[in-house]
Amino acid sequence: MTGVVHWGGNVGSLLNALKRTGVPHRLIAGPEQVRSFERLILPGVGNFAAVMKRLRERGLDRALLEAMESGVAYLGICIGMQILLEGSEEAPSVKGLSVVRGACRRYRSGRVPQTGFNRVRSRTGLIEDDEFYYFVNSYYCEPEEDVCVATADYGVRFCAAIEKGRILGVQFHPERSAEAGLRFLKDWCDAR
Amino acid sequence: MLAKRIIPCLDIKDGRVVKGVRFGDLRDAGDVVASARRYYEEGADEIAMLDITATVEHRKTVIDLVRRATESVFVPVLVGGGVRSVSDFDALIRAGADKVSINTAAVREPKMITEMADEFGSQAVVLACDTRRRGDGGYTVLIEGGRTDTRIDLFDWLGEAIDRGAGELLLTSWDKDGTKGGYDIELLRRVGERTTVPLIASGGAGSPEDILEALTKGGADAALAASVFHFNAFSIREVKRFLRDNGLEVRP
Repeated sequence: MTGVVHWGGNVGSLLNALKRTGVPHRLIAGPEQVRSFERLILPGVGNFAAVMKRLRERGLDRALLEAMESGVAYLGICIGMQILLEGSEEAPSVKGLSVVRGACRRYRSGRVPQTGFNRVRSRTGLIEDDEFYYFVNSYYCEPEEDVCVATADYGVRFCAAIEKGRILGVQFHPERSAEAGLRFLKDWCDAR
Repeated sequence: MLAKRIIPCLDIKDGRVVKGVRFGDLRDAGDVVASARRYYEEGADEIAMLDITATVEHRKTVIDLVRRATESVFVPVLVGGGVRSVSDFDALIRAGADKVSINTAAVREPKMITEMADEFGSQAVVLACDTRRRGDGGYTVLIEGGRTDTRIDLFDWLGEAIDRGAGELLLTSWDKDGTKGGYDIELLRRVGERTTVPLIASGGAGSPEDILEALTKGGADAALAASVFHFNAFSIREVKRFLRDNGLEVRP
């Protein structure tokens, strides 16, 4: 069973996408439920500080870390990827989950937020190489360890996905990436 | 590289897709949910749904249409028309909209842009602006579906809206809308030089060449079009093939 972590952002489009792919899933609102799932997805667009605050208020930050440590598979989408790092230029005083060393930076060129489909170069089987996925982000992850498994170009070649053990973070929105995104969600759930 | 976006627009009146010329003379163009799904399957990068009646009783219909459309459309959906408050905005986001455009209400009460950006993030707040060329070569901001000329200078207004948190511009040329005579390239170019957020061109698409011009000379990130797609002048696939043949990055 796949649990979708409901931290307060909009989860509707992800639920619609999971429904379409036929993946069994349930919403998670509290920390005590986190353990009982084989897979967790943390979706959404959001402000780094606001998301960390809401996770902490609900005790979800600790529950997520414990789950990841015990081998539960984790998929972080957009902000769900960014909070895996230690921090972000978006909120310099706020600490992330710190599962991955590094921080999130703001794009220095181009119109921000990056909005649209971008061509992704991938070296992980779950993300199709040379396929387009939908991005909407002003900040991107700059990991300081060798975990970047996909990149894309927006004035700078940025990290589009990180993988560490059973933890995967994607900067793009699979639930908004048309059929390629649906395939990705299904494949991730099947593989994990 | 980021691909240029093609956005079919569904203008909605009484629960149906309609299309007119210069904001009037409406013709029926089909079922909303079926049209959204068809455009998704044809390769639309995003789908716009604009409520052009925008009466209070009609809002429930539009919210329901957004909910139904987003169940089977897996690209972003932009919804607009008659959004007057943060709670209108919220209702559309909850129904499944990824972004919501505001127009008249933003001009009347600019601080609403900031409230919406704080609550939903700038990426969800699209500043829709209808504009008309002035005699002196400048541009004026129109509101209320083009019926009222505010006499506000376009460039001043767009600058303020971006400062207040708008995350994208949907710029419609009143002079070109529904004419199929091409986008106002001069307008796009002048806004494109100044904007720090993505720019969607709207108003005037009549051919794939027009769309190419808006995305190259006009400097737009996305092109929105309605009638050419509704009445099958050409398909989204054909436009994309044409853009790709001309060296643009587009999603197949």
